[in-house]
Amino acid sequence: MKLEGKKAIWSEYQKEIADDRFFYVRSCVRQNFFPGSETTFLKIMRKELMKDIYEHPCHTTCTGIGYHGDIVPVETAMTVVARQFSLMTEAGYENLLPSCITSFGLYTEILDTWHHFPEVEEKIRKQLRKATGREFIKPKNLAHASDVIYKFRKEISAKAKFRLINKNTGEPLKVVDHIGCHYAKMFPSKGIGGAEYPYVLAGMVEEWGGKVIDYPERRHCCGFGFRQYLVQANRGFSIACSKEKFESMKPFKPDMIITNCPGCPMFLDRWQYVINEMEGKRYGQNGESIPVFTYEEVAGLVLGYNPWDLGLQMHQTDCEPVLDKMGIEYDPDEKYNTSIPDEKVKIPGLVNV
Amino acid sequence: MENYLELLKQDIRFEEGLNACMNCGVCTAICPAAEFYNYDPRKIIDLVQSGDNNEIEKLLKSEEIWYCGECMSCKTRCPRGNAPGLVIMALRGLSQELGFFVESEKGRQQLAVKRTVGQWILDHGYCLYLEGVGTDLHPEQGPVWDWIQDNYREVFHRLGANYQGEGPGILRKIPVEAMEEIRKIFEVTGGNRRYEKIEYYSKKKAEEMNMKLDEGIDNEYFRYIYKTNNGSHTK
Repeated sequence: MKLEGKKAIWSEYQKEIADDRFFYVRSCVRQNFFPGSETTFLKIMRKELMKDIYEHPCHTTCTGIGYHGDIVPVETAMTVVARQFSLMTEAGYENLLPSCITSFGLYTEILDTWHHFPEVEEKIRKQLRKATGREFIKPKNLAHASDVIYKFRKEISAKAKFRLINKNTGEPLKVVDHIGCHYAKMFPSKGIGGAEYPYVLAGMVEEWGGKVIDYPERRHCCGFGFRQYLVQANRGFSIACSKEKFESMKPFKPDMIITNCPGCPMFLDRWQYVINEMEGKRYGQNGESIPVFTYEEVAGLVLGYNPWDLGLQMHQTDCEPVLDKMGIEYDPDEKYNTSIPDEKVKIPGLVNV
Repeated sequence: MENYLELLKQDIRFEEGLNACMNCGVCTAICPAAEFYNYDPRKIIDLVQSGDNNEIEKLLKSEEIWYCGECMSCKTRCPRGNAPGLVIMALRGLSQELGFFVESEKGRQQLAVKRTVGQWILDHGYCLYLEGVGTDLHPEQGPVWDWIQDNYREVFHRLGANYQGEGPGILRKIPVEAMEEIRKIFEVTGGNRRYEKIEYYSKKKAEEMNMKLDEGIDNEYFRYIYKTNNGSHTK
């Protein structure tokens, strides 16, 4: 089919996303900071969208944080990734679905390098064989978990119990989207909308009733910077980046932030707490901070899941202002309940953000 | 003296990241690290492509190469398709290979990254093992993190984790045979060698600085490199 007009212009900003039969690989950061998001994602895929999504117990990190922390050499990272491909091949799957943007970026980079330097791919195959005896077929399709939620955003919308609309005013919630640097900055053609007009989160927000805010520092890094956060002496860089974003978005009065990468929501959540502790400054409305969500959490709220099953109690910045605006009922006493029978409910010492 | 440019060219990321730089400075304009640190990726790329061996050696021993956050914003913007971030990764790799990283405050921090993230990969199969990291090293994690750590199993159980369990799931125990494969990959591909070099040169530096460096993260040198910021890095 010949593409014409707007379709032709935007065709380079689209990407192919598999329809079914996914091989899921978990995220180091999302597992630890937002475990409810990975659980929710699999629940949506299996119970709402009826998709075949498989997780191999023997898969591991891709080494992405170590690679970008510059302690893991490139050939080591490539061979660990080749092993993930081998597990997928062994399980009979072709569509790789990482839960992490750093992983997605690293997989994309490695496949691109192998495309341009076939001799490197051959060397890695030999090294994997020598280390593990394994062989592999490269993925037929590589999509981040958010790409798949984007692809099925209308199906999720059709099942929505709540929408991103302020129930008191009837107005769409004003949403800041943060897609994470390694989603499309390195390889724009691999992200929905490219690096200039990333639409992966904006598409979800608009489909579920919200309004996306454009603001000057929309594309600025959250400040992870790998070693710039991992080492305490460098964290001034990390908080300065987040602060620059908060200052830039504040005049647009956002109701919430939705994020793509596993690390970004943690930084945008925690650095608001720290800035408030250091300077007594908050960036939301009515003297509150801006609640920060993963896209899985937002999808779960739209589908009517219990906020405490999504893991919103693991955020330092309270999410309740958004729940109240959307008209979601919740039991505040259940927030820190750990669901172990007869377990006395313990609560954090000073959650005041 | 080694020919550093030739050594850099052996790194595939250098080959991918640098064709010919016309020194326009767009990378510096977009760079979050250049906003914060005394850092200018344009100058670094210009220096590297000049091939001046003495200057490249100074660079490999400098603070500057450790300021980049590897966000790769530069890759998107470069009109020549270069990726200064990838060149930085090649420079950092070579700096560690040659033991030059211990000559700068920021470079010495590589031991801290190796003994946390690096060790967790080999021990647990993931880059993070946050059960062992509290608000003493991460005060920014706040009171909620203390609560999570105090109730680790219960919090993760409620959210569907398979904490230290068999089979698939969040924070599962990675099977022994899988961990053996990862360790073997590190052995065959140079991962262990990189770790050993970081340890070797760090120990030499600790002795030179008259500081105690034992195993793990609870020692004088580790605390020093993890926490020290001499205040000269920013604008």
